[in-house]
Amino acid sequence: MEARCLLGFLLLLSLSSFAFAIYEDQVGLADWHKRYIGKVKHAVFHTQKTGRRRVVVSTEENAIASLDLRTGDILWRHVLGKNDAVDQIGLSLGKFVLTLSSQGSVLRAWNLPDGQMVWETDLQISNPSNSFLHVLGNVKSGRDSLSLVCNGGSIRAVSSIDGLVVWKKDLSVDGLKLKHVFQPPESDTIYAIGFIDSSQIALYHINAKTGELLKHATQASSVDLSSEISAISSDSLVALDSSRSNLLLIKFMAGTITYHKLPLSDIVQDFSGLAELIPTKSNDIFVVKTPSSVAFIKVKGDNELELIGKADEAGIVSDSLTLSEEEQAFAVVHHSNNAISFQVRINGREALTDGIKIEDHRGHVKRVFLNNYVRTDKSHGFRALIVMEDESLLLMQQGEVVWSREDGLASISDAVVAELPVEREGGVSVVEVEHTLLEWLKGHMLKLKGTLMLSTPDDMAAIQAMHLKSTERNKMTRDHNGFRKLIIVLTRSGKVYALHTGDGRIVWAHLLTPLLQSESCPSPSVLTLRNWRVPHRKALQENPSILLVGRCGAGPESHGFLFIVDSYSGKELETQILDHSIAEVVPLPLADSSEQKLHLVIDNKLNAHLYPRGSDSLEVFIREMANMYYYKVENAKGVIKGYAFKKGCSTGSSAYCFGTRELWSVVFPSDSERIVATARRKINEVVHTQAKIMTNQDVMYKYISKNILFVATVSPKATGGIGSAAPDEAWLVAYLIDTVTGRILHRVIHQGAQGPVHAVVSENWVVYHYFNLRAHRYEMTVIEIYDQSRADNKDVMKLVLGKHNLTAPITSYSRPEIATKSQSYFFTHSVKAIAVTTTARGITSKQILIGTIGDQVLVLDKRYLDPRRTANPSQEEKEEGIIPLTDTLPIIPQSYVTHSRQVGDLRGIMSFPANLESTTHVFSYGIDLFYTRIAPSRTYDSLTDEFSYVLLLITVVVLIVAILVTWAMSQKKDLQEKWR
Amino acid sequence: MERSSALIGSIFLLISISCLINPILAAAPGTGEGYSIAGRVKLDNFVIQGFGHSPKLSEIKVILNGGQRTTFVRPDGYFSFHDVPAGTHLIEVSSIGYLFSPVRVDISARNPGKIQAALTENSRALNELVLEPMKDEQYYEIREPFSMLSLVKSPMGLMIGFMVLVMFVFPKMMDGVDPEEMRQAQEQMREHGIPSISNLVAGRS
Repeated sequence: MEARCLLGFLLLLSLSSFAFAIYEDQVGLADWHKRYIGKVKHAVFHTQKTGRRRVVVSTEENAIASLDLRTGDILWRHVLGKNDAVDQIGLSLGKFVLTLSSQGSVLRAWNLPDGQMVWETDLQISNPSNSFLHVLGNVKSGRDSLSLVCNGGSIRAVSSIDGLVVWKKDLSVDGLKLKHVFQPPESDTIYAIGFIDSSQIALYHINAKTGELLKHATQASSVDLSSEISAISSDSLVALDSSRSNLLLIKFMAGTITYHKLPLSDIVQDFSGLAELIPTKSNDIFVVKTPSSVAFIKVKGDNELELIGKADEAGIVSDSLTLSEEEQAFAVVHHSNNAISFQVRINGREALTDGIKIEDHRGHVKRVFLNNYVRTDKSHGFRALIVMEDESLLLMQQGEVVWSREDGLASISDAVVAELPVEREGGVSVVEVEHTLLEWLKGHMLKLKGTLMLSTPDDMAAIQAMHLKSTERNKMTRDHNGFRKLIIVLTRSGKVYALHTGDGRIVWAHLLTPLLQSESCPSPSVLTLRNWRVPHRKALQENPSILLVGRCGAGPESHGFLFIVDSYSGKELETQILDHSIAEVVPLPLADSSEQKLHLVIDNKLNAHLYPRGSDSLEVFIREMANMYYYKVENAKGVIKGYAFKKGCSTGSSAYCFGTRELWSVVFPSDSERIVATARRKINEVVHTQAKIMTNQDVMYKYISKNILFVATVSPKATGGIGSAAPDEAWLVAYLIDTVTGRILHRVIHQGAQGPVHAVVSENWVVYHYFNLRAHRYEMTVIEIYDQSRADNKDVMKLVLGKHNLTAPITSYSRPEIATKSQSYFFTHSVKAIAVTTTARGITSKQILIGTIGDQVLVLDKRYLDPRRTANPSQEEKEEGIIPLTDTLPIIPQSYVTHSRQVGDLRGIMSFPANLESTTHVFSYGIDLFYTRIAPSRTYDSLTDEFSYVLLLITVVVLIVAILVTWAMSQKKDLQEKWR
Repeated sequence: MERSSALIGSIFLLISISCLINPILAAAPGTGEGYSIAGRVKLDNFVIQGFGHSPKLSEIKVILNGGQRTTFVRPDGYFSFHDVPAGTHLIEVSSIGYLFSPVRVDISARNPGKIQAALTENSRALNELVLEPMKDEQYYEIREPFSMLSLVKSPMGLMIGFMVLVMFVFPKMMDGVDPEEMRQAQEQMREHGIPSISNLVAGRS
């Protein structure tokens, strides 16, 4: 009854207005938004004398962005489609950024100051392959400049002003791959060099204005050519042969081609292994990178090569930077321990060496981009953009890191939530976590200086930052409401970050690859992370910890590892290299005596390995083993299989290794159904009540089972994208399967529907989103499951008095009659991700979080997805909160949790409960991160920030005054009456 | 943004001539047989109402078939997709500040040159592929200007109001009652043991 009253109250509350809406001045109070770009793969500097200095970058996340070179802030950013990888970027006319993407088939120009796309040209390339872009410097047909895009054996010249293809030359030679295009200064002729079937060298002279072929020459070569070449002057180039140990010096004078083969070991002593050519621009110097060194080689005379410089450690080499006619600069970066040595070499000679300390957790240098500036004394200064192993981006200048960006956070692959430390009595002990003692003292000194007005502006800034850190929202301790937590995320590069929910700052970060790399684990890659220990009662003194699971190699057979870190500090607690492979990690709802959660690691031979390994964990597991089941979805085969565990496994005789026994399988006919999506309930979801009371005092019992699996299959023809299947050859079948028995609880076919399917399962319902080809709109369907076997138990009085079988557990061993209710609605947008709000006790009504195609997160009240909605609800139904049925789900702009922000390339939404029942945390990630707290039924259990304490105070004062006044008045009146 | 009035969005249908280079590959499904869809996003009639986010054309994305391809609009609002196979497609516009209806675009395979477009939200057919927002989106609640009425309406305001009522109106009501009747009523009440408010207050003194 209490629950019902509460629910009714909540409904009333939530009916009154939108459940989520904020005022504009509240932006940033509970939410934060971080923008990233991803791992940089190309960079072009734009450093003219006047105006803002910027660098334009393209990334592995298909983003192009313009960054402020002074601060590293994003000036503008665009995220291209997921199949639209950027191949190359360039600058043209000093004001356009050109991007070649989709394997050389799309060329776009962006306005450099504001990022507006100026034009887009589809180059109509029939055979997309390695294409390259060459921006011609000095062809001026009018005021235009041309950009050449070479693809295989064809060249297209595109005007930079409007993107029109000025000319197109198809060299129509089978097997021709153009490698290099250049134009000698003050000439109208373009030279294009290519290899034909990697055995012939071809040279073409083309008129730059018309594309007319002037001359061509080919020369068969006796050596197999590799793909890398480097142009060293206007009439010669260097290539490597396919064994990557011989240099080929190719000259093309007066239309003839000559070549010389020179073994690399003649020039570079102690050369062995495979060499690599670094692309350069003319000037007779080229760079060869070998496994052990970097060699700078100059061409002397006709066929002689001279080694002019050598860096003995193999490092990362930047592309060449032309300083003047004669000078070429390269940056060579080595990594040693936690410092990097940054070396600039001009014409092979060492010009500058800086040693720079870099945080441990950034790993090795992956790429470097060099840029120069002219100092006041006319000498050259250098700055470099460095991409690290953890995908972060650093700008280095004068031996210092000017700014750094944590762009690894653009590729989050998994996330869990952890608690912050408890605030201890006395308050000071918090320091343990927050700072070391020294820092703490320093902080107090700063504060003292501040109060004595002795502080410099820098100190002031530090004090302000400290204040910000110690405000209620950003404290490093647990709070009563559970608003402050750590979000622990894993990124593609294998780095783990802990983010504070208060402001999104990084509390700690660790790159795992160097920690894990060893002889027994050559190339570790982290797959997933889980909560390993969430202490509450028994082990409160222990720190919570996080389990990271990964593989030591690339294939699915390679050995796995477990890595456990402390979630307060990120410190490594334990590493285990496993002697078996990892196919899946199944967290169990059990914990051992030290509150470590039990996990089963399933290997690819279907053996289950129990972790942690301890006698009590084994005991706990064996006691519950008969009730443990595992299922496996084999998408490729279209089979779902269920397993039970048994003692003794097929490999080895460890006590912690268990075998599996197949119990059931559901086989989908491969000629008519393909699995496209599966979804299940969160294992830690809490459901408050199993009964649902209808308007007519009927009771419906929710079928709440943790073992419901939602599976969606589509017809084979409908597996492609929208636009590839006709309505009559597409269908979607939705299944609800019990994963213990394999029983199909419900099955429904949607004719004319296709994927992509996004589904979310919670309590006794599932909501899924798919495309309806007949109406050509997206649809969302809700299925609710009710337990019919208790349907006769309808007496509300019994329920109130507790004489009901509500507490009887739902078990998959019995086969209760179930009934389903279902309804479908249109939904306007494509969906990228879908999730449901979770609260601490499951009392608060649910909301569905939908990541839309516009990279926004929309909340939709579950009441809109209620199968009991009718077109004309009766008065009673209205009172209960049933919304009149409409064919489309409403999109209320105020219910976007991301308000006017976008989470670029949205991939996932996560909801986790706060301690306060009304409130839930929402964290969504893509290239950007967005976090906020929402209250699906408003904050009924706490006062909102909006609450006016002044008004309350005034009211109290007025009431007291009024009481006093009335008391005085009545006394006076009494006195008067007595005198009368 | 260029706002030339002569610009009218139109649907271009071009059979791409991309099968020149490699005829063997062009026969493969999906290449060389595509059509082009070109259209225009028009915001002219929508002036953003003062607050929130001021949208820019540079931030508008046009998305084909739920993410298969993404393109951006030019300064004049035009966009295009090339090499799209025949069939029925869906175009969505992603923009902050505006709600656009997705558009269904039919490219006829039998009848090249025939292309139809319709808004899916209200199934209105489009003669030309000009996409205009259905409405602008306000992401924030509009803060009501401070008013006495809202203060009075709040629970605390009601309490004060009631208090004032008790203070000033009740004594007046008492005054209107004949003193004789009043005394009678009070005595009656005392007999029945129901304490009156004035007695309660008086009893304390």
